[in-house]
Amino acid sequence: MPTDTLPNPEKSPERSSGELIRLEQVTKRFGDNTVLDHLDFSVDAGKHVTLIGPSGSGKTTILRLLMTLLKPDEGTITVDGQKLFPATEKERREARKQIGMVFQQFNLFPNMSVLRNITEAPVTVLGMSKDEAVERAEGLLDMVGLADKCDARPAQLSGGQQQRVAIARALAMRPKVLLLDEVTSALDPELVAGVLDLLRDIARTTDITMLCVTHEMNFARDISDQVLMFDSGRVIEAGPPEKIFSEPEHDRTREFLSAVL
Amino acid sequence: MKWDWSAVSGFMPHFWDGLLVTLQILVLGSLVSFVLGLAWALLMRVPSRFVTWPVGVVTEFVRNTPLLVQLFFLFYVLPEWGVTASALTTGVLAIGLHYSTYTMQVYRAGIEAVPVGQWEAATALNLPMGRTWTAVILPQAIRRVVPALGNYVISMLKDTPLLMAITVLEMLGEARLFSQQNFQFTEPLTVIGVAFIVISYLASLALRALERRLAH
Repeated sequence: MPTDTLPNPEKSPERSSGELIRLEQVTKRFGDNTVLDHLDFSVDAGKHVTLIGPSGSGKTTILRLLMTLLKPDEGTITVDGQKLFPATEKERREARKQIGMVFQQFNLFPNMSVLRNITEAPVTVLGMSKDEAVERAEGLLDMVGLADKCDARPAQLSGGQQQRVAIARALAMRPKVLLLDEVTSALDPELVAGVLDLLRDIARTTDITMLCVTHEMNFARDISDQVLMFDSGRVIEAGPPEKIFSEPEHDRTREFLSAVL
Repeated sequence: MKWDWSAVSGFMPHFWDGLLVTLQILVLGSLVSFVLGLAWALLMRVPSRFVTWPVGVVTEFVRNTPLLVQLFFLFYVLPEWGVTASALTTGVLAIGLHYSTYTMQVYRAGIEAVPVGQWEAATALNLPMGRTWTAVILPQAIRRVVPALGNYVISMLKDTPLLMAITVLEMLGEARLFSQQNFQFTEPLTVIGVAFIVISYLASLALRALERRLAH
């Protein structure tokens, strides 16, 4: 695996410690429904954190707030000390550079080749030269096992391949944080393992901070440093995966795990 | 009624002149309606009522008044305000403006049909708003609306004879002039009727070829 295409731990020692993501007193309502109610929540740099919990418990809302796809009704959100909310559009754009996201439905750009899906943002956002961006993209495609698909259109790929391109696309921006929103939920069962293996590799070989929402409990157990159990917009239990999965303290956690495991 | 081939051959030089003008109106009018319609559609998305309200009123007004009235208005009233243009230019702008109020709705539907996930991916990659539109949203929206835009081009073709009313000598104008001078109506009108069918047919073939090319 060409490690030069991935975030390099040596170049950024500050990433290995300290708080990277911070939500303070964050409230998010949809109409009358309060999904997050004065939530405090933080993630340390380099950690792999998995959010679990029943649907509607607010896990995905947290990812979408961090990606600025939603605005909180109240509270502050920062990443690496930079303001996401409240913030000016300029501050938000700057802070957002630290964050990448992989979506359930891949959301590749169907009008672009696989290669251009990956080079588009490095060229137009980071101002990278085209050659440099192509080189980085080819390295990433090699890492995700799709070096031969540069010129393909997303529609010509399987779901699993599309999701691996989407992961490469997110990593091309060298974010400090990677948000993974149920990235295997839309995949055919036989394609899930390839994507999860790739994410395990990335978790093992890079210092990227990961925040996952997943229903793949084995995957969560595998890569997480910490598992957070959400219920009704609150963290009701947190701990290392061994503890959460083997000896959950909370009744709701036990109920939830027995339903999904 | 007698069919006179000599009247056909006598009309043909005028027919070619008229055909050229009709095609000019169609091509230039279409371009105006494509560009202006897209501009209206984008302006309607500006999150300010000070923009969307006037644009909405103007385009509703243009869409719901007859093209013929608009042609007369632009041709006879604008010069009084000191704006002068040739009859052909005025006609192209009028027909382009009129059809832009239809194409704007086509674009709007095309833009709304782009999945919200595309906007989200663009945000996640931090693409600037302008780049999101030009590289992600519009290419997908326009690909979807090519068939509908093409249908308006064919509709527009059938409205080009209205420009005769402001002295533009397109196909019908040439046919009428020839008829009045020679008292032969059947042949020139038949010739241009056939020409309209042939042009629409060729245009629909071109459109289908374009749609196939644009399929993912």
